[in-house]
Amino acid sequence: MSEQMSDDDERQQSPPSDLDFTSNKARTCIVTGSVSGHTEFQSPYPDQVLENVLENVLHFLTSRRDRNTASLVCKSWYRVEALTRSELFIGNCYAVSPARATARFTRVRALHLKGRPRFADFNLMPPDWGAHFNPWVLAFAKACPWLEKVYLKRMSVTDDDLATLAESFLGFKELVLVCCDGFGTGGLSIFVSKCRKLKVLDLIESEVSDDETDWILCFPEGESHLESLIFDCVEYPINFEALERLVARSPSLKKLKLNRYVSIGQLYRLMVQAPQLTHLGTGSFSPSEIAGQGDQEPDYVTAFAACKSLVCLSGFREIIPDYLPAIYPICANLTSLNFSYANITAEQLKPIISNCHKLQVFWVLDSICDEGLQAVAATCKELRELRVFPVDAREDSDGPVSEVGFQAISEGCRKLQSILYFCQRMTNAAVIAMSRNCPDLVVFRLCIMGRHRPDHVTGEPMDDGFGAIVMNCKKLTRLAVSGLLTDKAFDYIGRYGKLVRTLSVAFAGDSDMALKYVLEGCPQLQKLEIRDSPFGDAALCSGLHHYYNMRFLWMSSCRLTYQGCQQIARAMPRLVVEVIRSADEEEMDVCVQTLYMYRSLEGPRNDAPKFVTIL
Amino acid sequence: MSSENGKRLLETDAGGLNFEATELTLGLPGEPRVTSDGGAKLGSKRGFSETVDLKLGDNNQEVKLGHSLQEAAKSPVSKTQVVGWPPVRGFARRGKKSCKYVKVAVDGAPYLRKVDLEIYNSYQQLLTSLEDMFSCFTIRNYLNEKKIDQVNGIEYMPTYEDKDGDWMLVGDVPWQMFVESCKRLRLMKSSEAVGLGLKTAPKYSSTN
Repeated sequence: MSEQMSDDDERQQSPPSDLDFTSNKARTCIVTGSVSGHTEFQSPYPDQVLENVLENVLHFLTSRRDRNTASLVCKSWYRVEALTRSELFIGNCYAVSPARATARFTRVRALHLKGRPRFADFNLMPPDWGAHFNPWVLAFAKACPWLEKVYLKRMSVTDDDLATLAESFLGFKELVLVCCDGFGTGGLSIFVSKCRKLKVLDLIESEVSDDETDWILCFPEGESHLESLIFDCVEYPINFEALERLVARSPSLKKLKLNRYVSIGQLYRLMVQAPQLTHLGTGSFSPSEIAGQGDQEPDYVTAFAACKSLVCLSGFREIIPDYLPAIYPICANLTSLNFSYANITAEQLKPIISNCHKLQVFWVLDSICDEGLQAVAATCKELRELRVFPVDAREDSDGPVSEVGFQAISEGCRKLQSILYFCQRMTNAAVIAMSRNCPDLVVFRLCIMGRHRPDHVTGEPMDDGFGAIVMNCKKLTRLAVSGLLTDKAFDYIGRYGKLVRTLSVAFAGDSDMALKYVLEGCPQLQKLEIRDSPFGDAALCSGLHHYYNMRFLWMSSCRLTYQGCQQIARAMPRLVVEVIRSADEEEMDVCVQTLYMYRSLEGPRNDAPKFVTIL
Repeated sequence: MSSENGKRLLETDAGGLNFEATELTLGLPGEPRVTSDGGAKLGSKRGFSETVDLKLGDNNQEVKLGHSLQEAAKSPVSKTQVVGWPPVRGFARRGKKSCKYVKVAVDGAPYLRKVDLEIYNSYQQLLTSLEDMFSCFTIRNYLNEKKIDQVNGIEYMPTYEDKDGDWMLVGDVPWQMFVESCKRLRLMKSSEAVGLGLKTAPKYSSTN
């Protein structure tokens, strides 16, 4: 995903016009440690010329991994790299302070911050743990007023922060908030009313509180620069008439994702205004309650047919499947289809999916059953990413999908790179088959929802299946395991998972050996999240050689003690070791409920709540 | 000394004194204390965080006590739900045809929460869930001598605003009628609930 910066940049030493904001997860955050430099040049003049040349050359370096490497060459390169870095990515907002970041990188145009660990999404962490955007926005407001783009994931953003953002950065263009919270429609109102150059406002899976203010109405009058407006996660009605007018005056609008309060009739009106859309989130995809029985239904098919550039379709939040045929005209163009809110059957899916020859990304509910997955496998030969979510997310619910659909996908979609699959039963055979059929797999996340559930045909643990994945999928960087797993599975991971960067473990393993295998065997491991597994202090110690290379380690409901964590904290001064307990626990107990530790240049943070103890 | 304490907390109290309420657990806010019939704690120091068994009548007799760390981590599959498992993001209710989200306010709490009334089948389930949601807040306000049942007991009365804008006491009408008419919930301090005309806490039958 690359975005063009505007051409009206008047600064003399402006960055190039392509701002490549890639979302690929390259390793590391900011370089730690000192830079050893030596002066290469005697006279100032050649030095200056060389630095100018260097600056111009380094402008073209976009990958942050390359930039980190370049900055280590010598002091001169370090300095120039810092001046030319326009996109700053910080994978853990507590790894480095805003002051340090702004001191080093003075010309940043885009800031990408990540806050809470992922397991916080599943209620495994009390609220108000931290990850506040506030110190960042204040620091950048002072030091980098030409900041244009902010991308936040799992951070707490207040209404005041949004106001600061809008008021302090005159050319502000893009705000993307993923899994964030802490703000409401009031903050949004201030933000949109003051950001005159706004191009992108994407609210994705964020929690927005209802301050009962009409934020859509707050967009300024006159032609807008909006290119992307995503608000499907906002759980409150919006002012539709104002939205319609906004869309009408946004000729550059390419991405529009509506929330479930927009009816299909309203969707029609918007589509008619914006046939140039490339990404559409359809909202409810059902008629509003007020629509009368005898009302003339708009011609939805024509409206969709007119959107010749539409490649990404999502929404369907309260779908009435009768309306699905409306999307037939655009199926052949679709590269991304998100049905993960649409409770539809295989029969309802088939006529759609059989036309989606170009589909690369498909998110769906398990309501389509194995049969639906077979239909996907039959047509979607270009599929790169599949996510199958459960309608009924409980351990003992019926499982409409199983190893049958899973194997069918592996046989039909050979180019698969990423899979997330929720199911109630699975077999090693099917997982092994996928490891052989889909060698390009980079992300493999299988969630067998019943804890400790073995291969349902053989009764064996799922060790061999996951073992095959790490053995055969040589490009694998992200793995999530489930089902009944012994230490053997982790032995495989340690032995073969040499590129694994992210590993998620739950209810698995027999002993400390499992964790040891992983910590000793996986040199690229960056993010390790473990819950409810029998790993103790000894296992924790076996990773001392590696923790500075990791972004974080999360272990909850394991067998860690304060002593064990204390040992780690003493041995590794640059590691912040947080012990998180439940809010009602007052005593310091022997056993640790949750350990969250991460490397940091700043030492213990000063905004930790009472239920966090930093060792 | 501290390790001794840890051990003691794991044992069942056979003396008849009810230490249940004073036992510290490692549950996160949002996790209720689980008690099986013997009054013993399930895995209070180890093992899984358990929520209340939402399947009525399916008492789990087979889950062992958490006195052995080994056993607790590998206790047989229980039918109770576990916090955060399966790992599907909570508020992304997928495929639900109807969602009845109402705001929940607790007097004195700095934040509002939301609940989806559609996922509950009875007042008991709803109130238990509310209890979990606000447990951490409540306990911060009191010395932790005794866990105060803030919903059914002394301090708070659950009330709701219905379609007509009136504030009613939760539990007066049949469950389904309540779901349809409820617009928002408020856990009101008992001292302020005088105007609702009830002095005693209402009774909720589990079959409601």
